[in-house]
Amino acid sequence: MSRLTLVIGGAIVLTAPAWVWNPYHLHTLIMAGIFAVLALSLNLLLGYTGQLSLGHAAFFGIGAYASALLSVKLEWSPWIGLLAAIVLPGLAGYIIGRLALKLRGAYFVLLTISFAGCVSLVSVNWMDLTNGPLGIPGVPPVEIALPGLPALSLRTKSAYYYLVLAAVVLAYLLCLALIRSRVGRALVALRENETLAASVGIDATHYLVLAAVASAAMAGFAGGLYAHYTRFVSPEVFLFTYTITMVIMVVAGGKGTLAGPVVGAVLFTVLPEALREFTSYQWQMLLYGVLLIAVLFFMPEGVVPALRAAGPALRRRWKAS
Amino acid sequence: MDQLLQHLLNGLLLGATYSLLGIGLTLVFGLMNVVNFAHGEFYTFGAYAAFAALALASVNFFLAIPLAIVAGALAGAVCERVLLRPLRGQSIDTVMLVMIGLWIAMQNAELLGWGGVAKSVPTPFPTQPVVVGPVSVAPLRIFVFVVSGLLILGAHLLLSRTKLGRAMRATFQDRETAALMGVSIERIHTITFAFGAGLAAAAGALLGPVFLLYPSMGDLASLKAFSVVILGGLGNFGGAAAGGLVLGIAEELGAGYISSGYRDAVGFLMIVAVLLLRPSGLFARAERVG
Repeated sequence: MSRLTLVIGGAIVLTAPAWVWNPYHLHTLIMAGIFAVLALSLNLLLGYTGQLSLGHAAFFGIGAYASALLSVKLEWSPWIGLLAAIVLPGLAGYIIGRLALKLRGAYFVLLTISFAGCVSLVSVNWMDLTNGPLGIPGVPPVEIALPGLPALSLRTKSAYYYLVLAAVVLAYLLCLALIRSRVGRALVALRENETLAASVGIDATHYLVLAAVASAAMAGFAGGLYAHYTRFVSPEVFLFTYTITMVIMVVAGGKGTLAGPVVGAVLFTVLPEALREFTSYQWQMLLYGVLLIAVLFFMPEGVVPALRAAGPALRRRWKAS
Repeated sequence: MDQLLQHLLNGLLLGATYSLLGIGLTLVFGLMNVVNFAHGEFYTFGAYAAFAALALASVNFFLAIPLAIVAGALAGAVCERVLLRPLRGQSIDTVMLVMIGLWIAMQNAELLGWGGVAKSVPTPFPTQPVVVGPVSVAPLRIFVFVVSGLLILGAHLLLSRTKLGRAMRATFQDRETAALMGVSIERIHTITFAFGAGLAAAAGALLGPVFLLYPSMGDLASLKAFSVVILGGLGNFGGAAAGGLVLGIAEELGAGYISSGYRDAVGFLMIVAVLLLRPSGLFARAERVG
């Protein structure tokens, strides 16, 4: 990507709240940001370790509940809630990673589904803590209180947009640092050939658990952001639809690339909203399913790698003509 | 004591349909190396097919069930030809993702076609339970149990006694050698997937009248089927049959003595426990079909 497109793209993203005057469109962008963090987190596992987690909604949900419960029941600052939304899912990711990453392939997938199913049932049945299916209303908004300045509430959509944008950038940079480090190289080595990687001294469980913890913590953080944005948390945060949406975003965007999940997240939040006027939710989900199949059939690497491959070819043709 | 007997009986009745679900899934995995996340959708498909035949075309109840099975098997055959055959040789993960796509697409197609309102299937059976000593049971449940048992027996005989069954087992053991011996692998794959889908549709058509029909009913069915398959060991026919009964009884006991809210957690916890402690399944010798 040239520097010019980067600057223009950055300017468009940074000034969005100024010219996206329709609050519903801004809401869509905020959700796209939250999903981008989720997709980046799933991509760490699916894209770089090759392990498909179908339990990622659990980490998202744990993050949302942790942040909501701490700030509603204990009335702690939402910032501590957001911190807990990183730490607790990270811890859960560690435990699940330790247990599940002894397994591979279908076994791993089933274990993650089971984990998510259990957590979801707990959220419905543990009435004293979670208020059951009724959920937790009145989650406070995030406030920035710097000493000497009046507290700045991120209650408005345009303010929250920047918080989410910062989260996306942070998640992206974290993934970038991780992938470019020794850890990232170890993960890719394990994905490509585990036996070979192990033979040169790469401790599979160690690195995979590390990836699981980072991934779970990021998904949890997205959950915390979601809780303080919608101001309401219910067992719906554990819906399998969330996991499916993340998977589609990663696979369609391009798993194992850093831009892929972000592009996928924006595409699959904006596209359904754009189609909303013409279609119902069922048609949209039906389309998701068909699209997932179509991508795997015709563009198995995803949109971003396909564009990357098509870019130079197009430029050459343009120059030739 | 009486209560325990009742729970055990209920568990057994429920477990037989779980076995039916699990056998279809385990065959498809063992033979085709396909993790069929759309399995529960064929269950839903069977249930709605039986409902359509009964309520809309007013077919006889005892005819509607075989019709639903045939419809399920046909749908399975079509899916295999259109989606799975072109992907032969692709990684198991790619195929798994395609099946996830099929699952979402089928479920929402059902939702569009039938609406979200739950439907009940009329049956010719009296609702008055039959009382035998300390336990009682609805006549419909007995019928479902008997038919499930017969279908499992039929599937077993097909695999162990017929030429087709021998070809399927040969394909499972060694695909290349089987092909060299003149087994048409393509045909075996289509038949296996249709067979698995037909068994799932049978479970749906049988359980539909017991519970209510709704488009997302397949999610839970998939989950049960996977629990059963994990319990029995992936690809293990006998293991799936036994695993279904174990899951059914464990669920009834869990719901009866611990908490009904956590009934579905029994399956989850069993998956977790078995995968961690005995990943080849409770009844594993070697993985095999038949």
